[in-house]
Amino acid sequence: MNAALLIDFGSTYTKVRAVDLDAREIAATAQGPSTVTTDVNIGLDAALGALKGRLGDLPRFRYRLAASSAAGGLRMVTIGLVRELTAQAAREAALGAGAKLVGCFAYRLTRGDVARIIDLEPDIVLLCGGTDGGDSAVILHNARALARSALDRPIVVAGNRDAAEEIAEVLAAARKPHVVADNVMPELNVLRTEGAREAIRGVFIRRIVHAKGVDRARERLDVLMPTPAAVLDAAELLANGVQGGDGLGELLVVDPGGATTDVHSICAGAPSVDGVVQQGMPEPFAKRTVEGDLGMRHNAASIVEACGAARIAVEARITQSLLEALLARIAADAGRLPESDEDVRLDLALARAAVGLAVKRHAGTREIAYTALGPVQVQRGKDLSRVRTLIGTGGVIAASAAPEAILRAALADPAEPASLRPKAPEWRIDRDYALFACGLLARVERRAAYELAMATLSGPSGERQRESCTACRPSSGR
Amino acid sequence: MTSASKPKTLVTGVIGADTHIVGNRILSMALEKEGYRVVALGALTPAGDFVKAAVETRAAAILVSSLYGQGEIDCRGFRDSCVEAGLGGILLYVGGNLVVGKQPWPDVERRYLEMGFDRAFPPGTRAEDVIRTLGRDFSARESGARIANVPTPREAFREAT
Repeated sequence: MNAALLIDFGSTYTKVRAVDLDAREIAATAQGPSTVTTDVNIGLDAALGALKGRLGDLPRFRYRLAASSAAGGLRMVTIGLVRELTAQAAREAALGAGAKLVGCFAYRLTRGDVARIIDLEPDIVLLCGGTDGGDSAVILHNARALARSALDRPIVVAGNRDAAEEIAEVLAAARKPHVVADNVMPELNVLRTEGAREAIRGVFIRRIVHAKGVDRARERLDVLMPTPAAVLDAAELLANGVQGGDGLGELLVVDPGGATTDVHSICAGAPSVDGVVQQGMPEPFAKRTVEGDLGMRHNAASIVEACGAARIAVEARITQSLLEALLARIAADAGRLPESDEDVRLDLALARAAVGLAVKRHAGTREIAYTALGPVQVQRGKDLSRVRTLIGTGGVIAASAAPEAILRAALADPAEPASLRPKAPEWRIDRDYALFACGLLARVERRAAYELAMATLSGPSGERQRESCTACRPSSGR
Repeated sequence: MTSASKPKTLVTGVIGADTHIVGNRILSMALEKEGYRVVALGALTPAGDFVKAAVETRAAAILVSSLYGQGEIDCRGFRDSCVEAGLGGILLYVGGNLVVGKQPWPDVERRYLEMGFDRAFPPGTRAEDVIRTLGRDFSARESGARIANVPTPREAFREAT
């Protein structure tokens, strides 16, 4: 068998997927515990042992590629000039690179800001500011402030190119590890995050993997990127297709996880009706948002807080006192999988609430502004109403008996016409949690990755040829 | 353009809830042709967005258009916002139908100059007049003056009769 091994070092599980590259199918899936805090090899060996049990014997893998979201994910601090402009562009770039944003700064850094950045212990600092040929004073000030500080974390510089050389000199003189990338906003309101994303990924491979202890397994595999970046890559691949494969076109991926809910949209998000004025910064074509307060396990209580206990209780068909009891149980044991009918119904209600809120925050709005010349429709953010495909991934969706009920929460609601959510997409379910694997595989075999992704997502009818994929008990968190 | 160094950056746009974009676009294109780097924010631009764009692009001037008569409300505090953002000395122009109804131009101009605009241009101003004045003002700034000691062109403007 011409095979590839794809691994996700998560914070709860080490998940492995064996892919038959010729047949374009998942040969087997398995998982072990997450052992990043001790030795990643232990969890990996457990997962591979389980995989071997399913396959009979492990094939000689042509590729062994891994993504990692372990040890708190890729923690990043972003710095820009104007909050709504380069500071926002820096945030988009970091999110697109699969980061977890732990701090976002704008304008001139004060001594207090720098102290806070050090306290936040980021894995990478992204330093932006100024359009090309625009302001360079502030980014230089900020580079000098970082250079003077005790910060020892790598800095990715992606601001005004006029200042880039001087910044590199300042940082080099202070022996700060750094890499210079293209400006995230070369012209006002033009977003170019690809260069910064690749630079972040490069730093991740060269340095972060080591810092997180994931490189203990290095002689056995290549760790390529943070897991969310792999999912975003897979989403882009599915949307754009490969030569000879059209792709699914504009799409949305929702990923309700244990601690956060991620949403990825691959689309321009231009107005779907005529005569609409767009305001605000343009949106990245491949956009990722992370809702840090919406997580099925670590943040179940804050989902309920955001959505209202009464509504969750009604949806789950349980009393509010039982809801409180179940939430307390989840809080006590975040690794808990649903057992009773009430557990299952609560998980469904939580997932629906998380997906609904996360997609609402991801999607743009269209509202009427009254001017002297009459009403004008103003759009902010992406119009997702014409998105053709809605993909659900993550443990809770894969495990659910009614995944379409969760995905339906992402759709446009006639009661909220201002929120530009998908109207009538086809939905697909990532039953085997294979999207991350496809994103990894795309780095080495794009076509195989695309065809695998198309084959592995179950279609609108929910049915798909499944033989031996009962291997992995889907997890609720990652 | 008079300066031999790098092209200067100008921010243009139509302020407030005003959708009249055509004149502003013609002006922006003429400025670009003249060699300026133009950051055109287009219609329906809040005052704050002009200032933010100017900060990020290190603009040398902001040219505000207003056609629908409500400019007086939209432009109030514009210079103060610039001062707040560290752009206190930036060259500020405003032009268009700046007030409701037909009012004597000197009154209108005075009100806008009091708001902190360096020059106010009446309706019907030609792009070439703006370009010529802009060049003179930038030259004057190089020698330390706020603006050139020349009147704002208003030949094209006929007082309401």
